[in-house]
Amino acid sequence: MNLAVARAYGEVVEGEAVVSEEGFSPRYDLDRWSGIITKPGHNLEGTSLKDKICFFPTAKGGIAAGWAFYDIKWKKIAPKAFIFGVTNPVMVQGAVFAGITITEGWTPHPREVLATGDWVRVDPAARRVEVLRRRP
Amino acid sequence: MELSPEERAILGGARGEAPRRALEYQVKVGDFWGAKRFVPVTNVHMMGDIEVMGDGGLQWLKEHAALGARCAVGTTTNARCIDFAHCERLGQDAGEVAKERELIACLRRMDVVTTDTCINYQTVYQPHLGEHVAWGDTGTVIYANSVFGARSNFESGPAALAAAITGRTPEYGFHLDEHRRGSFAVELRARLDDLADWGAVGKLVGEPHQSYTAVPVFHGFHRTPTADELKHLGAALASYGSMGMFHFVGETPEAPSLEAALGGRAPAERMVITDADLERAYGGYRLGDGDARLVVFSGPQQSLLEMKQLAALFAGRRVQAGASCIVTTNGAVLAQSRALGYAASLEAAGVTILEGVCFYILQNLTPMRLANRWTNMVSNSAKIVNIIGAHRFNTILRRTRDCVDIACTGVLK
Repeated sequence: MNLAVARAYGEVVEGEAVVSEEGFSPRYDLDRWSGIITKPGHNLEGTSLKDKICFFPTAKGGIAAGWAFYDIKWKKIAPKAFIFGVTNPVMVQGAVFAGITITEGWTPHPREVLATGDWVRVDPAARRVEVLRRRP
Repeated sequence: MELSPEERAILGGARGEAPRRALEYQVKVGDFWGAKRFVPVTNVHMMGDIEVMGDGGLQWLKEHAALGARCAVGTTTNARCIDFAHCERLGQDAGEVAKERELIACLRRMDVVTTDTCINYQTVYQPHLGEHVAWGDTGTVIYANSVFGARSNFESGPAALAAAITGRTPEYGFHLDEHRRGSFAVELRARLDDLADWGAVGKLVGEPHQSYTAVPVFHGFHRTPTADELKHLGAALASYGSMGMFHFVGETPEAPSLEAALGGRAPAERMVITDADLERAYGGYRLGDGDARLVVFSGPQQSLLEMKQLAALFAGRRVQAGASCIVTTNGAVLAQSRALGYAASLEAAGVTILEGVCFYILQNLTPMRLANRWTNMVSNSAKIVNIIGAHRFNTILRRTRDCVDIACTGVLK
């Protein structure tokens, strides 16, 4: 049960998937002191991203992601990977700077092969996301 | 990426450790996007403040300043998170204020010109058609690409600083002709009399097309838009749509006609924006508990002409007791506003003018919200209405005159 990604950077990582139907900005949506999505009404409001493999269809805004990813990594509340349908340069610049795995472009759509709570493995060099086990 | 002899030498450490690290980082980013080479940049605009960088970012910066990192091209800073004249009154954390001073000193050691503005394109540097620059924040980038015809991607703080140190950036995205062509058409049949209307257009167009590679082409508008109107349009498109470029037929340099802006291709979609669309947008904001004690003119910072307009609207009026009305601008605009009497008029009305900051990045904003028991934030900026959500404000977009009325009457409608 795999997902192919178009572009990727970073280390191989494994973790629990969080699948969002809504886009993401670490500045607009995330409390950067707790690692929890706090924007009222966000599809993932109340969800912690710490150590998760995060699937977002789009990136929102914002230049601040560059430092923000480094900041949340420093505070040990960062996700293990960002898997974007479509992203923007800031997310990539920020993830590379912070040493967080990041990918863009997916086939098929994640919702067809996995769900929040599944355990997944991201292999950037192979351009692949693999579902290792289903949510208990 | 194909590297020049000079770039290979930099990677080999010929210009020192800081340029070596910066270029190594840029190569990784360039590789991700499939960049074939670097392009030289003439100007850099970077975001760097303690609220967004945190302790880790500050430590990184100190390390690089100590390595002797220096800017190779003119480099300016975006709005920051602390106004040193108001930080105590705002309840900003003294420890963070001290770190911000340390951070500014580091940047200055690196030859960064700390302008503290997100409207550099109105007050500091105006790149020309085809000029490659490395700018952030997003509002500055979309303005550079669209209105000046310059070429920049969204460059986050570390990426912009790397470009400043190496004097170049990877060539991808909006540095390339192929990404600058319009992708869909938007006919403007609305009046668009207020700056907030332009931000609302940015919301209506940006929200359903969230993509960095989407480039709207506006056409059919009944008059020439002003620089401030395009500023609010661009800032909102970048904010809601993550877009880095738009065209405006007959107004922006790469859009002499709709066909030219689209690069000879058919638009993927045709949208029409009417007055009714705008009214629906304004009507879509929930008023929450009706709290009308926070009105903000910020994000982007106010231009001199915006300050003039606000001064006129507040003349002879007074911000209601117990409410806060906050205006942010940069040092240059504030100095002129003081000389011209606009600042005095605003302050006489009880408006707080903050310098060199943007409201949404203020250090300690969430505790500030709690301490003041603010629930709603009213603004004429569609951008700030969108981006302040993580601080759990209920946000409401209103036209400029309505914002002034709300600030002075306490009646939210």
